[in-house]
Amino acid sequence: MATNPAEKARHHAGREVAVIGIGQTAFGERWEASFRDLVTEAGLKAIQDANIQGEDIDAVYVGSMSTALTIGQEHVAPLVIDHAGLADFHMPATRVEGSGASGSIAFRQGVLAVRSGDADIVVVGGVEKMTDSSDAETARIVGSSMDQEWESFVGATDTAIHAMMARAHMDELGTTLDMLAQVAVKNHDHGLKNPYAQFKRPITREQVHAAPMVADPLTRLHCAPLSDGASTVVLCPLEAAESFTKKPVKVAGTGQGSDTLALHARHSLTTMAAARAAAERAYAQAGWGPDSVDVAELHDAYTVNELIALEDLGFFPRGGAGPATLEGETALGGRIPINPSGGLKARGHAVGATGLAQIAEIVSQLRNEAEGRQVKDARRGVCHNTGGTGATAVVTALEVL
Amino acid sequence: MGVPRFWREQPHRYRLEGTRCTNCDRVYFPPRWVCPVCRRESVGKMERHKMDGTGTVVASTVVHDPAPGFEDQVPYAVAIIELDEGCRLTTQVSDVADPHDVVPGMRVKSAFRRIQSDGASGVIYYGTKFVPLVEQGSTPS
Repeated sequence: MATNPAEKARHHAGREVAVIGIGQTAFGERWEASFRDLVTEAGLKAIQDANIQGEDIDAVYVGSMSTALTIGQEHVAPLVIDHAGLADFHMPATRVEGSGASGSIAFRQGVLAVRSGDADIVVVGGVEKMTDSSDAETARIVGSSMDQEWESFVGATDTAIHAMMARAHMDELGTTLDMLAQVAVKNHDHGLKNPYAQFKRPITREQVHAAPMVADPLTRLHCAPLSDGASTVVLCPLEAAESFTKKPVKVAGTGQGSDTLALHARHSLTTMAAARAAAERAYAQAGWGPDSVDVAELHDAYTVNELIALEDLGFFPRGGAGPATLEGETALGGRIPINPSGGLKARGHAVGATGLAQIAEIVSQLRNEAEGRQVKDARRGVCHNTGGTGATAVVTALEVL
Repeated sequence: MGVPRFWREQPHRYRLEGTRCTNCDRVYFPPRWVCPVCRRESVGKMERHKMDGTGTVVASTVVHDPAPGFEDQVPYAVAIIELDEGCRLTTQVSDVADPHDVVPGMRVKSAFRRIQSDGASGVIYYGTKFVPLVEQGSTPS
């Protein structure tokens, strides 16, 4: 699958990388918890899980979408170090932004730092505090990832852009409202089994159809919530991983892609070229593809996104994701369980934390520790995390040996 | 929004002024100053180009939960329009009896409209919306 021979050579020039620790907070409307509380809680859990000390950490990356707008605070990477009690180590601390994909980009930067030999132990945190702003401010924050001059200016919302994708998917590929709604129904069923999930209640397709309309055809129950939360992982060279944990998870591949900021300038409304490019790169590094994946976490900010992702990552042919979802093929117990965590829809979408919550879920699955929602014999998993309306995408391939 | 940020975009927002790559003759709206096809060959060869303002709806939705500043307009139709010159943009489609009437394939033309304002006493932002185009020889429905 590698189209560029140099790409493979480049990958093997570096060290193999493993995830040796994970930690997350509950996602939701965490009114009692500040940005600082959330990121510290997840970070401490991950450090304990990895059996490392503060002095072991060579570098820290923090993924967060919009701290200036959510809490009026920029320069959050040193803030995170400070509140974790690590300021005296003076390690490099870097904040990374790529809208909803911020967490996965931070993860990828951490992987590259270990691969390159610049760092041995890297802590990567993702965090967002979405409920310290007013509703109007929150709407502006979400809209700020779109093209401000040529989408937001005319009154297009994030949901409106995704609604046009949904309509186009229906018109071009035969997807139905029932197929879209089933994504939300299935992810709410999965969320019931995740202790970190924001929503722990089942919903029906009829409830999805009858919910208040946001942008036709997407009702409120097609949309992921905007949540507070944090998630953290610890990375180290694969060859050293077993000295920290009995269950290291190998980072088999990491791919990132980009596209035009505005949907209207892209070649297609029903596929995300950035995600296809990211997947191709991740699969090429891993040396395996969609047919060997046992479980995946996909970026279901809206129901249509999960169907598009299922097709972009090669799990189903174009137009095949909707019918397969209705048939239960993507549910726990189905052929390829998707979003066992509940996905963005039910686990919650703490924007910059989402990519790392996906990684934490797949690591739990591959360690066989996802109680109540464990995918049997899961050995290979994939995470797909997108920013804005698809201008940024990251695909991460993970496996146990 | 600061006034200069809006003012500098006025030719594009008021008159649908895009750009044309004189290297390959492709036109762009919203304007681009690097042609994605010609790239470095286009540098210094992009010219302002006024679009005709007619086009076809490619995709559409009706917004019920509005963007901040658009509360008084709900429900309103948002669409991606392909201009007859071949480029695409995002716009509101107005002057329709029901915003759900805005569907792919519908012919539209540009119209100068109020877009939004900074509250009751702030700046009023004008720009382009699209309205139904009645082609010559056809009967309005």
